Amino acid sequence: MSKRIEVTDLDVYYSRFLAVQNVSLTIEPRTVTAFIGPSGCGKSTLLRTLNRMHEVVPGARVEGRVLIDGDDLYAPDVDPVLVRRQVGMVFQRPNPFPTMSIRENVLAGVRLNNRRMPRADADDLVERSLASANLWNEVKDRLNLPGSSLSGGQQQRLCIARAVAVAPDVLLMDEPCSALDPISTLAIEDLIEELKQQYTIVIVTHNMQQASRVSDRTAFFNISGAGTPGTLIEYDDTATIFSRPSVQATEDYVSGKFG
Amino acid sequence: MTTDTARRGGIRLGDRVFAGSAATAGALILIVLAAVAVFLIAQSLPALGAGPGELPGTAQNFWVYVWPLVFGTIWSAFLALLVATPLSIGIALFISHYAPRRLAQALGYVIDLLAAVPSVVFGLWGIVVLAPFVQPMYSWLVANLGWIPLFAGPVSGTGRTVLTASVVLAVMVLPIMTAICREVFLQAPRLHEEAALALGATRWEMIRMAVLPFARAGIVSAIMLGLGRALGETMAVAMVLSPALVVNMFLLTSINPNTIAANIALQFPEATGVSVNALIASGLVLFLVTLGINMIARYIVGRRRAFSGANA
Amino acid sequence: MTTTTSTPSATTMPGAGAVAARRGGLYAAARLPRGTAWATLAASWLVTGGLFGILDAAGASDGFNLVGTIFFGTVLFDVAIWSLALLVEGRRRALDRLVTSLVSTAFVIALLPLVSLVATVLQNGLARFDTAYFTESMRNVIGAGGGGLHAIVGTLEITGMATLISVPVGLLASIYLVEYGRGALARGITFFVDVMMGIPSIVAGLFAFALFALATGNPGIRSGFVGAVSLSVLMIPVVVRSSEEILRLVPNELREASLALGVPKWLTVLKIVLPTSIAGLVTGVMLAIARVIGETAPLLIVAGFTASMNYDLFSDRMMTLPVFVYTQYTQAAGLHAQAAVDRAWAGALTLIIIVMVLNLAGRVIARIFAPRYGR
Repeated sequence: MSKRIEVTDLDVYYSRFLAVQNVSLTIEPRTVTAFIGPSGCGKSTLLRTLNRMHEVVPGARVEGRVLIDGDDLYAPDVDPVLVRRQVGMVFQRPNPFPTMSIRENVLAGVRLNNRRMPRADADDLVERSLASANLWNEVKDRLNLPGSSLSGGQQQRLCIARAVAVAPDVLLMDEPCSALDPISTLAIEDLIEELKQQYTIVIVTHNMQQASRVSDRTAFFNISGAGTPGTLIEYDDTATIFSRPSVQATEDYVSGKFG
Repeated sequence: MTTDTARRGGIRLGDRVFAGSAATAGALILIVLAAVAVFLIAQSLPALGAGPGELPGTAQNFWVYVWPLVFGTIWSAFLALLVATPLSIGIALFISHYAPRRLAQALGYVIDLLAAVPSVVFGLWGIVVLAPFVQPMYSWLVANLGWIPLFAGPVSGTGRTVLTASVVLAVMVLPIMTAICREVFLQAPRLHEEAALALGATRWEMIRMAVLPFARAGIVSAIMLGLGRALGETMAVAMVLSPALVVNMFLLTSINPNTIAANIALQFPEATGVSVNALIASGLVLFLVTLGINMIARYIVGRRRAFSGANA
Repeated sequence: MTTTTSTPSATTMPGAGAVAARRGGLYAAARLPRGTAWATLAASWLVTGGLFGILDAAGASDGFNLVGTIFFGTVLFDVAIWSLALLVEGRRRALDRLVTSLVSTAFVIALLPLVSLVATVLQNGLARFDTAYFTESMRNVIGAGGGGLHAIVGTLEITGMATLISVPVGLLASIYLVEYGRGALARGITFFVDVMMGIPSIVAGLFAFALFALATGNPGIRSGFVGAVSLSVLMIPVVVRSSEEILRLVPNELREASLALGVPKWLTVLKIVLPTSIAGLVTGVMLAIARVIGETAPLLIVAGFTASMNYDLFSDRMMTLPVFVYTQYTQAAGLHAQAAVDRAWAGALTLIIIVMVLNLAGRVIARIFAPRYGR
């Protein structure tokens, strides 16, 4: 199920503004890759180009190539809607649909696309998805309560279950723990560890301990000043980045000298 | 990624149809507005070229016919704003800065309820309650202050004068003016207000220093919008006023200039031939005046493009 | 005024300190005792009440003038409280008190017409608020009796038709503005929707008349449908503005969550954005209906008036409640004038009740069914 992502010479623009410049990196299947760097360095923007969610912002466009198992995401006949079904996303703030129950939230990706599904299959999908998000035991008796009745950490795991339910190949996580308390954060980190058995995971984080705890590979991004594009400074095994990075800026950042 | 081609066609079609119909509905609004102008002009043309004898009354041409109405429209709206402006600013301040927060929202609703009262009911109320209530005051004014031209006699015996009509108009435009003023007062930067209070200002000094300067554009546009409403309001004037085709500025007599809108409402049911066109042409004049005033008002407010996201 | 914000005010406000010195304590200032304002207000009302009472007793007015008492009493209070404060608390505080009382007075003055209007309508409207009123038309009725059923039916049909036209157009246009629109078309629509809100209702009536008179070649056309079209011209911008505001309240995160699940945009709008905001949308529509259901002027000229029941929107004159009120009142004459006036007031009461119910129901819906965004 999980796939390799190859980014080649990627530039991302918001209208005239060049937000990310000349990024090339390869993300291996079944790994967790962390994007770290100071605010505004373009790591979230880059993450969103991996499932074309950046297009939601008017005027955003890319140059360069993103291949997922060899398929070019930006080939002219590619439908972004289908891309997003293969590349799921979890957002910074938990955002369950307020009009839907827990169960409906999990099924949202299926139901919203007008796909019919026998009830038994749906029940099965709900249980599998919630179980893989480590949420099943906590909510199995209240599947019909609104998603917003859960705690923040549970809501975020519900969102992960929702993303997993459409069976993507890749999971993108945009600072998934930044709105959560430490206990909930730990639960999500444990979950990421399990999910990587099946999915390619890319996570943006501001928390360097988190990056070192959960990721196999780490990419460090930086900007040289306000208004300049973000660039990829260094991309390596997480252990290397945090112990003996080859670039001074990386060492300064991970050791807390700036950022 | 490209295996699901048939389905993709369906999705694209759904998106196209949906976006297309939304855009069509939007464009339809512009078309309707343009159509209003076009059809009014088309139906006005016979009246614009009409000579003596064809128009209602003794008017030589259309402009002679419409001038007293234009005057009456502007005069009554002006009087209404004279009453409504200080009141609405006061009410808005009361709600935004004086009333306890808990109470403020309820008070806002009460004022909004005024906006919901149908104009025909205001008209009834104006005739039955307000006119008899103010008539003794009018008598007193004419008797004691009659030397001021505005208050010249003879006093109207019914109280159904342009001043009464304007008071009803004022009550009717209060809600929208209050709503806009309230909104801009609430948007005054909290930090400025606190800074003023921290300097030892009283509440009024704080409002004068930190709220009113900030809200000036909003107040102006509230006045303009109120003006637009007052110019176009029909039934209250048609019912309350005892009208004539004259131009005068006496507030308290029974000979009052009529307004365009009220004149249309009164004459239209019985009108035929060129008279209909003349009424439509006067409506066109009203349309253009209110259109101009509203455009200026909206231009002043500018639309704060709410940064609520939804940019998808 | 223009420079006040930048004036360093500390130096211009020595008043509090100067007064405090006289009293001894550093921060103590001469203040009117608590409750002075209320006592002054009560005293002012009593004084004017007394005056009007004397007028009444002397026979100069018929009945005690309560509204006048409150109005003039409040004005008297403004002057009194200012004078008192000026004497005791100094110029700055006096001004502050004056403004406070003026602002409150403005509010009271605004409430007076509302209260008076509701009281009058209730008082006069109940006379004919009976079964016959709701079950009979005015066909062949001369003098007393009869009712407004034909007008109620006409109002419901015409307003219903106007709603049927306005809601789809208005809702789609607001969806366009919020979800798709940018560039010149969106800016133009936004601007002209606002401008259209200011179209006088009588002009909307003239437009519908001109349109259908030209389209049908009938220079005297009157029908319920033409009335519905004219109401739509007034209603569409209201629906657009309220729906636009509500749709913008839906957090972008929900749209993104849906898009990231691989849901196409139109389904995201239909199944996430609209259901999330449905309560607000319904409220907006109800307020828009309340706004046009009392419109008189356009219906008077394009739907006309009649004494008979007419269920057919597309042919012949059709009575509506506001026009019923207007014609009953203005055509009241002769022996049976009072019967017609009573019918007019009953119509006014019905209208007010409908409008208030729509308003309240709309707000209740908005409050109860508003979604919780889980934050």
